[in-house]
Amino acid sequence: MRLLPPRGTVARRKMKERFFMGLMRASMAVVIISLLLILGTIIWKGLPAMKLSMITQTPKGGYYLGKEGGILNAIMGSLYLASGATLLAVIFSLPVVLYINLYTKKNSKTATFVRFSLDVLWGIPSIVFGAFGFLVMVFFGLRASLLAGTITVALLEFPIMSRAMDEVVRLVPQDLLDASYSLGATRLETALKVVVRQCLPGILTAVLIAFGRGIGDAASVLFTAGFTDRIPTSLFQPAATLPLAIFFQLGTPYPEVQQRAYASAAVLTVLILAISLVSRALVKRLARHRIK
Amino acid sequence: MNDFKPHISIRNLSVYYGMHQVLKDISVDIPDKKITAIIGPSGCGKTTLLKSMNRLLDPVEGARVSGNVFVDGEDIYDPAAEVISIRKKMGLLSQKPQVLPMSIYDNVAYGPRIHGLRDKKKLAGIVMHHLKEAGLWDEVKDRLSSPASGLSVGQQQRLCLARGLAVEPEIILGDEPTSALDPQSSQNVERRLIELKSDYTVIVVTHILRQTKRIADYIVFLYLGELIEHGPAAEIFANPKNPRTRAYLTGEIS
Amino acid sequence: MRKFKDLAARRMMLVLTFIPGFIVLLMLFGLFGKARPILAVKPIASLLFSSVWSPLKGQFGLWPFIMGTLWVTFVALILAAPVSLFTAVYLSEYAPRWIREFMKPIIDLLAGIPSVVYGVWGLLLIVPLVSKVLAPLFGVYSSGYSILAAGIVLAIMIFPTIIHVSIEVFASISYQVREASYSLGATKYETVRHVVLRKGAQGFLASVVLGLSRAFGETMAVLMVVGNIPKAPKSVFDGAATLPTLIANNYGEMMTIPQYDSALMLSALVLLLVVLFFNVLARFILTRVERRAE
Repeated sequence: MRLLPPRGTVARRKMKERFFMGLMRASMAVVIISLLLILGTIIWKGLPAMKLSMITQTPKGGYYLGKEGGILNAIMGSLYLASGATLLAVIFSLPVVLYINLYTKKNSKTATFVRFSLDVLWGIPSIVFGAFGFLVMVFFGLRASLLAGTITVALLEFPIMSRAMDEVVRLVPQDLLDASYSLGATRLETALKVVVRQCLPGILTAVLIAFGRGIGDAASVLFTAGFTDRIPTSLFQPAATLPLAIFFQLGTPYPEVQQRAYASAAVLTVLILAISLVSRALVKRLARHRIK
Repeated sequence: MNDFKPHISIRNLSVYYGMHQVLKDISVDIPDKKITAIIGPSGCGKTTLLKSMNRLLDPVEGARVSGNVFVDGEDIYDPAAEVISIRKKMGLLSQKPQVLPMSIYDNVAYGPRIHGLRDKKKLAGIVMHHLKEAGLWDEVKDRLSSPASGLSVGQQQRLCLARGLAVEPEIILGDEPTSALDPQSSQNVERRLIELKSDYTVIVVTHILRQTKRIADYIVFLYLGELIEHGPAAEIFANPKNPRTRAYLTGEIS
Repeated sequence: MRKFKDLAARRMMLVLTFIPGFIVLLMLFGLFGKARPILAVKPIASLLFSSVWSPLKGQFGLWPFIMGTLWVTFVALILAAPVSLFTAVYLSEYAPRWIREFMKPIIDLLAGIPSVVYGVWGLLLIVPLVSKVLAPLFGVYSSGYSILAAGIVLAIMIFPTIIHVSIEVFASISYQVREASYSLGATKYETVRHVVLRKGAQGFLASVVLGLSRAFGETMAVLMVVGNIPKAPKSVFDGAATLPTLIANNYGEMMTIPQYDSALMLSALVLLLVVLFFNVLARFILTRVERRAE
């Protein structure tokens, strides 16, 4: 019996494998290069127009015609809006996720139904949230404002956050829960003191992911948050947002303003990158307390 | 010991999963055309030893193998050796029957097809022959194109046997092949293995001592990754030389 | 006291738990309610299938936008599916651990980049690519603002969706069945092709459907590169418009022209129903795949 085979078939099979490996590597390259191209282009095009005044000043008169100012209105508006929306979303997400994981039986119908509804909500495009938010706004007699925008974005963030939280809370081993119950803790106490602490990195990541989504989304705030050159001082004032600022600046015929749009896009991108880095770092640090 | 010609010779085989050493310097000869049972308490490396014989440890991340395994005098761990041809020489029967996601016919034809056989008539002949060899032909001859997942567990295991035989191996490896089966199907598979030993070398990992008594010609006893004792089954059962072997055989340790 | 807190919290949570389902229903009813006025005046068929879009004349044919959406989504899928499949297979079956770890943040980043940024990038790179390189290659003229440009940008946007879900699907396939194939002497490629991909076919399909649903509803990025021409496209180099871009572009005028807001809400409703359908379908397939893997 020979272990080394005749040349023919085996060589051909190996060549087939090598061919498909090549295709696979090429696909990976496409993915990596796409990311690099996007980040690279935005930063490269945005850098020339980046001045400190961009992020420290609001638009002065004639900003959109090429004159002085910056996008502080949009930066602050976005931060206010996304923070408010994220906070609102947490208030609803955390209880729901804790409920379906701790208060229901295994494979309960309620839990399945809720997870299903969350999945459905997750897939709804942000423009539909925007349209719906507009309806809600009109229904309550609100104008395009920070409040209306916050509510709409909260609706958008809610399924994203819930799903991400659910994925971590689900993994808490039953033994850990049993250990807590057997010490006489109620489910609420277990939920707040054991589960949340165990899942803290995952929960924070979920919050940050949702925040990142909220700050970058345009379609949901298009109808509902309005736009203004000022930094909002009340919930009922319209608020500028970074994505819309980028969009509107791009729409002017003045190249200087368009350049500023690229810079604004760079600002937004850097913000998202920062959020991503922070969430990764947080996960590493907080993973100390976790029980494997 | 004289009608136990070695088919596989293992020399100084050690296997590491990461930092943990699972097999410690094993050297043993597996006799040709006999049923060899690898026995021992759970977790002591029996399956690892089995899988090292057809280089199924290669795809496992973190697994390291040192030593040699000679099949008919050639070392399968030689860097120049062609893995897929080596594996073709050995058929594997897993604990839980692993049918491929295709029809009964395609399951058996899978091996020959990937090794280059395209002739439809020949394939059909091979499928029929080996299904008969595994004792499954009569039960499935009318529904060869139906999905293999529709078979009962016992039938699936026999299908896996037929599939493994279809690539014309010389050695059959069984990893606790009957532990997931009901008594009737177990008996069936055991009978097949006994019939097959006239043409193939069979190596079976098992934790069922009674099964070992029933079918084994040669025994290899492992304990915590070390080779404790090996020899013809009759001798080992009648007169185990090592106290640990005796303890295992009498049920003191399992 | 502790028991009381627990009970109170439990009751409150139960109420909150039905909120997701409630919101979906509310959306459906709300949009339908707002779309009713126009449905009362015109039969649904004429709205969906008419190509005439002249709001000032009271003509609200949605056909061009439906076609635009379909074309753009189709192009995106054709481009994204193979690349995503190969990438997912590579990461799941071939790549060593360090490459998998390396790709995770890259894929997550692609998923996290906001739609507007994709739009800006599309404007800067893809639109000129289409008008100066791809169109001349095929001997046609294109301004660059086209289905193709939108399709390319969308394809990159849905890479993470398809890749992520597909990897999970492949991971759920037990190792033993791959081992069975290897033990017969199959190469890794043959094992992937005949075993992994066969078992994973349904799950992969579900991931594509999820990507499709994402592409369908994408607004800003598409808006910035697709041209916004309210006519059904005849080639991928034509400019067009989609349902989401229709809604986004015209919300300003919607209150001033009669029936306009109703028409736009109808578009939103159609969009919602289609996306819901695809999403539910994909989830259904995925739960079935998951259950079988247990």
